[in-house]
Amino acid sequence: MTVTDEPTANPGYKQVGTRPIRPDGLDKVTGKARFGADLVLPGMLEGAVLRSPHPHATIVAIDTSAAEAMPGVHAVITGADFPDLAANGARPDDVLMSKNVMARDKVLYEGHPVAAVAAATRKQAKAAAAAIDVTYELLPHVLTVEQAMADDAPILHEGMRTRGLDPAPEVDSNIASRITHERGDLDQGFADADLVVERSFTTKPVHQGYIEPHAAVADASQDGRANLWCSSQGHFSMRTSTAKVLGWEPTRIKVTPAEIGGGFGGKTVIYLEPLATLLSLRSGRPVRLVMDRDEVFRASGPASGTSLRVKVGVTEDGQLTAADVWMAFEAGANPGSPVGAAGMTVLAPYDIPNFFVEGFDVVVNKPRVAAYRAPGAPMAAFAVESVLDELAAGIGIDPVELRLRNAVTEGSQAAYGPKFPVIGFVETLEAIRDHPHYQTELGPNQGRGVAAGFWFNAGMNSTATVNVNEDGNLTVVVGSPDIGGSRSSMCLMAAEELGIDVGRVNAIVADTETVGFNDVTGGSRVTLATGAAVVDACRQIKDDLRGRAAKTWDVEVDVVEWVDGQAQHVDGSETPLTLGELAAKWGRTGGPISATAALNARGVGPAFSTQVCDVEVDPETGEVTVLRYTTAQDAGTAIHPSYVEGQMQGGVVQGIGWALNEEYIYSDDGHLENPGFLDYRVPVASDLPMIDTVVVEVPNPAHPYGVRGVGEVGIVPPLAAVGNAIAAATGVRLTDLPMSPPRVLDAINRAAGDGGD
Amino acid sequence: MARTHVTCTINGDETEFLCEQDETLLNALRDDVGLTGVKEGCGTGDCGACSVLLNNRLTCACLVFAPEADGATIVTVEGLASAEALHPVQQTFLEGAALQCGVCTPGFLVAAKALLDHNPDPTETEVRYALAGNLCRCTGYDKIVRAVLDAAADMRSDGALTAD
Amino acid sequence: MATVHFPSSLRDLTGGVADVEVDASTVRRLIAALDERYPGMGERLAEGVSVSINGEILPDALYEDIPDGAEIHFLPTLSGG
Repeated sequence: MTVTDEPTANPGYKQVGTRPIRPDGLDKVTGKARFGADLVLPGMLEGAVLRSPHPHATIVAIDTSAAEAMPGVHAVITGADFPDLAANGARPDDVLMSKNVMARDKVLYEGHPVAAVAAATRKQAKAAAAAIDVTYELLPHVLTVEQAMADDAPILHEGMRTRGLDPAPEVDSNIASRITHERGDLDQGFADADLVVERSFTTKPVHQGYIEPHAAVADASQDGRANLWCSSQGHFSMRTSTAKVLGWEPTRIKVTPAEIGGGFGGKTVIYLEPLATLLSLRSGRPVRLVMDRDEVFRASGPASGTSLRVKVGVTEDGQLTAADVWMAFEAGANPGSPVGAAGMTVLAPYDIPNFFVEGFDVVVNKPRVAAYRAPGAPMAAFAVESVLDELAAGIGIDPVELRLRNAVTEGSQAAYGPKFPVIGFVETLEAIRDHPHYQTELGPNQGRGVAAGFWFNAGMNSTATVNVNEDGNLTVVVGSPDIGGSRSSMCLMAAEELGIDVGRVNAIVADTETVGFNDVTGGSRVTLATGAAVVDACRQIKDDLRGRAAKTWDVEVDVVEWVDGQAQHVDGSETPLTLGELAAKWGRTGGPISATAALNARGVGPAFSTQVCDVEVDPETGEVTVLRYTTAQDAGTAIHPSYVEGQMQGGVVQGIGWALNEEYIYSDDGHLENPGFLDYRVPVASDLPMIDTVVVEVPNPAHPYGVRGVGEVGIVPPLAAVGNAIAAATGVRLTDLPMSPPRVLDAINRAAGDGGD
Repeated sequence: MARTHVTCTINGDETEFLCEQDETLLNALRDDVGLTGVKEGCGTGDCGACSVLLNNRLTCACLVFAPEADGATIVTVEGLASAEALHPVQQTFLEGAALQCGVCTPGFLVAAKALLDHNPDPTETEVRYALAGNLCRCTGYDKIVRAVLDAAADMRSDGALTAD
Repeated sequence: MATVHFPSSLRDLTGGVADVEVDASTVRRLIAALDERYPGMGERLAEGVSVSINGEILPDALYEDIPDGAEIHFLPTLSGG
């Protein structure tokens, strides 16, 4: 059975909560939409990147002379062609970003770029890249947090000392930083518990797995300016970062956003953009750089591999008394894993009086991690939500009930510090508890698991312009790349504000010179923040329109109100003026009608999700089949319910892949052994059931339409929900991801062996 | 190296192009013919973003050499709609929000057409297996599967579908 | 008067003190006051720290007003996916 519950949108809304066809939809079903690799410019060259075959080595010399002499080659660049940001006083993070884009003295992971070529054809560019002669001096490498944290570990970054230790350390380390959170008295908390469960967990690096590889086209001109087209989650931040790496002022670059073929956090960072720009500058021709899939796996994105230990105590009546959490996150080659967010989210759903959380950000010889949907939270939740499942079973209460007894509500002091504003966690728990799914009977070898998750969501900077056209229809101009239907949400909020049908509103994503600054599409922020800018601009337009109607009628503006898309005199003495009528006469009332709003968004509303999963485990093979899945998530308000459901379903399925199949497999010598979709197996349609959604709506009081943000929290619970279901089906607790058939079978066999002997 | 002259029918039009011997049909369609609706997600036949109908068979264009297309009939996403109307599955994808980023959508639409051309009344399971060669990372497949089932129902009620 | 809560990562500078009352009308003045009381705090708070004022997390809060009786938390700046 599949049920898609209709959200209970505020009945006062006429547009918000409906499901119009998205503005960019037609182009996307007819093949017209232009993604990153689809642009062709006259005279365009094709590029290729030479990447390190070694996980850790010193670059002794690079000889590009043979490559430069090859047919069709127009430009070859190496690290020597980029400015030395450290010498220019740049921030350490920017120096590392620059060296990640193109290695200088050292390579830190297999796939680290060491040179790039532009040639007439891609084949020529690849042949020339292969002809570049790099002399390496190999260095010992580390691939796991355990190896990297060992006292005698080879050091990736000379001079790196662990931050967050008191006293400050005197020796170099691969531990970039240590974070802690604490409250109460841990020993007393565990002493108060009737049951304590402690477990260790590991998760492997996983990739965001967007279907569109990274792509960039650059066209630099003789005046030192450049046009850049790329697929990203934020073309303004691509501009900022590219300019930093090149040592340019940002406004020398104009970035035009291509349609983006998936990001999930992985397209918030630069890889190809500065290379394409510099190759174009050197060759005097436009240059297109596109990653092959194996480059995407080897050199972009992954989420951290992690190691966690969690110990939680509970009383026999289900009160959590204490939690002790230790976690180490792989950052990849440069510091900056999401262990900070993991530390803040790991206990956030629960009111626990005593806890200690300790986390380590650890560099290893793997690609630098990038954000992946609620970065850091899924791995942390996997550990804690698994332990809660054991605690509930141990004291004999329902796992949803255990969570309800400890759930945070408005005013609870979050484990990461401040008090929660209005939140809908309890509502998501109740939605799952009361869902028909939760009551259905299970068969042999089947099990049911529940888990919950939290994510902050984000606000940040957005700008939007709303233009009234001469026919009275609206164009909304935003600078937030649309990765999941956000243009439609912008149209709905604009239509609601102005009281017109959503079909009269179009939304576009404009380039860096057509609209004001916008931060990245990330942190589930666009509907909230860019939406707030759109609403603000529409309210300016409404005021403007009222003034124009007052002028038309020769009355004071305060007797004019805006109702259902038209100006009305409060006493009904004038024939109402529609938006179209006012637009048609704008020349005599002050000229064209347009408004812009720019803001640093306030009023972020946190998100919670609770999910239930049924699995069947084949005891002969260890294969896990997801039979049924239901997710309840607090959206605040679902502006376009279909795309809210889509975010929820997509997050769940990525989480299922993370739980069951996905992992980076490295050989001991530091090479990624599965850099393709055949061996890095993401879920396919035949692996899955329908993903039932319950859109919970506890409006965010700080947003004009109650929006919270829906993109991320859905991926937080699935790892544990699936693991808990497997435990229920088999009686065996798996603590290492992915729970692939060999691991599940091994665990079943070991448990049977233990029982039998 | 001399380039190879290929003549084929693409989306109903007789089309000629020159290609390298070892060039993939995917590259030829995108770079030589200009049909960039055919997407490259992997280049190894694992993601289905480059799905086309090659002589009526669902095919990853990245796994076929372009010269092999000589004399063939090819349908890409650009050939699904008429001037007047979208293909029913294009319409149900739009109405059912069966796309988020949209980069996998062309491949899914071609794969769905391939299914519905042969099976006018597929079960959910049949749809899921027919689309198992196409990866989508955004939707979790739920709305895609529903859209294909809805298109099948629409086509049956319009009498547009008959079994082979 | 505002109540400032220090995360454990800042308590090496406060000698273990977790909460303190500070009279400051803006975040900038608050940080200056804290730096005076706990030398080095200003520098530490300049490195990617968000400020929560009465539960609202603000990533770029230097000039924010602090209402009387506010609860202030310093948090690491986060990135989303």
